[in-house]
Amino acid sequence: MFMFTLLALFSIGLLAEDGVGVGDRAPEFNLLNIDGNHVSLSDYDNARGVVVIFSCNHCPYVVAYEDRMIELHNEYAPQGFPVIAINPNDSIVVPADSYTKMIERAEEKNFPFDYILDADQTIFPQYGATRTPHVYLLENKGDHFEVAYIGAIDDNYRDAEAVEEPYLANAIEAIMAGERPDPEFTRAIGCTIKVQDE
Amino acid sequence: MKKLFLVYIVTFFFITPALKANSANDEIAIMDFDTFSPMLEKEDEYTYVINFWATWCAPCVREIPYFEKLHENYKDKNLRVILVSLDNPDHLDSRVIPFIENHNLKSEIILLDDVSANRWIPLVSEEWSGAIPATVIYNNSFRGFYEKEFKYDELEEIVLPLL
Repeated sequence: MFMFTLLALFSIGLLAEDGVGVGDRAPEFNLLNIDGNHVSLSDYDNARGVVVIFSCNHCPYVVAYEDRMIELHNEYAPQGFPVIAINPNDSIVVPADSYTKMIERAEEKNFPFDYILDADQTIFPQYGATRTPHVYLLENKGDHFEVAYIGAIDDNYRDAEAVEEPYLANAIEAIMAGERPDPEFTRAIGCTIKVQDE
Repeated sequence: MKKLFLVYIVTFFFITPALKANSANDEIAIMDFDTFSPMLEKEDEYTYVINFWATWCAPCVREIPYFEKLHENYKDKNLRVILVSLDNPDHLDSRVIPFIENHNLKSEIILLDDVSANRWIPLVSEEWSGAIPATVIYNNSFRGFYEKEFKYDELEEIVLPLL
């Protein structure tokens, strides 16, 4: 019994550390947007799903994907799948990722999507995000959002024209067709999420 | 004027290539993952420290001196440090080589040119989410994977018992 409790505790610990997986309920958030308002997942109750992308200003991999993030939003927001970019980085560690700089970058690039700041760095660990960009595609299940796909935007960060598998777009299309995304989990090189040393 | 032109020609055709031949460029192998992957599976007397980095990655740049120090201290004790750059190959001459020269890097350096990261990241380690810096340390009897920024003492603590 003691062993079982230990095992159970250990499993809970692992889950907490690893964040959510595909099929799990998506953690709620309420974070400051670049327009000065707070944005919650529940604000998107009318959407069929939400494309949460842990993102930032400074990371070259994010920069390589900014135009594609804009295109994805413009393509899929009208079909019920808007993008929400969440900046999880500590701005003392990376001044280029401060709230003010987020506003500047959003204006430069004319971001059509919400760009919110995980200022307390409490949301990205709940999702288990480890890098930027890191995508969590969420499906609206009526009373909650469920994680449907985790990973990369596509298979070629360097050249959008040379993409062979647009993983995220395929995953959205799959959900719209009533199917499960395949693959439902991919990996990509990215920048670490920046936290202060303890 | 003619003389000056001649000097220019001589400089351009003889000295420039000579300089280039001596630059770090020749020492950096650009390879795709399948060419690189045998380095992750060596079965010899060496302990391998393989660090994935990029010039634009601040935590990577911070820890590189520690890998260099490790290389310097233990290169004669069967340790091989390999720094695997994930920079865009288009930036080899403009960023990677200047970085190597400015920091006077002595470790072996490879530029991994392979965009199919979803395929090869789990082949490096199932534990790797893809964030850098990331490091593999292995030999015949040990294998460790670390998705983190190292301090020198932490590296030594892992490597010393393996030498």
